Amino acid sequence: MAILIQFAIGLIFGVGLIVSGMSDPAKVLNFLDVGGIPAGTWDASLAFVMAGAVAVTFIGFNRVLRRGRPFFADRFYLPTRNDIDLRIVAGPAIFGIGWGLVGFCPGPALTAIGFGSVSAVIFVAAMFAGMVLARFVAHLPSLTRFVTPADPLET
Amino acid sequence: MIATAFTPTASLLGGALIGLAAVLLMWATGRIAGVSGIAARLFPPYEDREFAGRLAFVAGLVAAPVLVRLVTGGLPVQTIEAGTAVLIVGGLLTGFGSVWGSGCTSGHGVCGLSRLSVRSLVATITFMAAGMATVFVMRHWS
Repeated sequence: MAILIQFAIGLIFGVGLIVSGMSDPAKVLNFLDVGGIPAGTWDASLAFVMAGAVAVTFIGFNRVLRRGRPFFADRFYLPTRNDIDLRIVAGPAIFGIGWGLVGFCPGPALTAIGFGSVSAVIFVAAMFAGMVLARFVAHLPSLTRFVTPADPLET
Repeated sequence: MIATAFTPTASLLGGALIGLAAVLLMWATGRIAGVSGIAARLFPPYEDREFAGRLAFVAGLVAAPVLVRLVTGGLPVQTIEAGTAVLIVGGLLTGFGSVWGSGCTSGHGVCGLSRLSVRSLVATITFMAAGMATVFVMRHWS
């Protein structure tokens, strides 16, 4: 049952990406193209995607987190760190370059596969490789000596 | 480049659906709807037993266009201008960077900002700025 619910939630997320226009890299790149503002080619739509998503999540999280526990799990798993280290700047800077090169972030790239796009399959295969590489590098003993937690996904 | 139409209403509505999905995932599993974290955890090292649920979530993301096509009879345009080499480099950077920085647009940009996380705010500003700088160099520096 929990698995089916998570499939349905993924579907809602994906439909949101399609309806919002985020599944179209051209639209994302035109949003990131602030140099296009004078020429009138800048597409501000993505700001509205963020606004809609954050508004609903802000209100919804407040309500959900007031419950004792999630429906299918024993507790909430929330990131607790609030320190600013090198990783929280370097990682997004690297990700941002990849995002600006193609116009795909991880969610829309996965949804694009369902469009039947070969380009999306190539991008996602490389993206998976990058993800595995990042965790592998982070777990190298020479790095874990200086950085805790070793896995950047543990926050 | 290809001109795209400004779609505030559809984008706001689609954004709200993304938010709804994030809230539902928190309600159901108690976890952040961060696509990079969910996708990265499909691969080893495994730290918990949530693999099947994550795979189901990703399958839902991939199946969404199929559902939209069934219901509406078509799909909106999707234009990918990048060639194979750029797709591979972009994919590697996106995968590496989103894991190295503990999240992407969904985990930091949507869930993190909604939780008023300082780390997510720094991450979101950084990837937005890096994305804008990259597009600026690609489009206006030649």
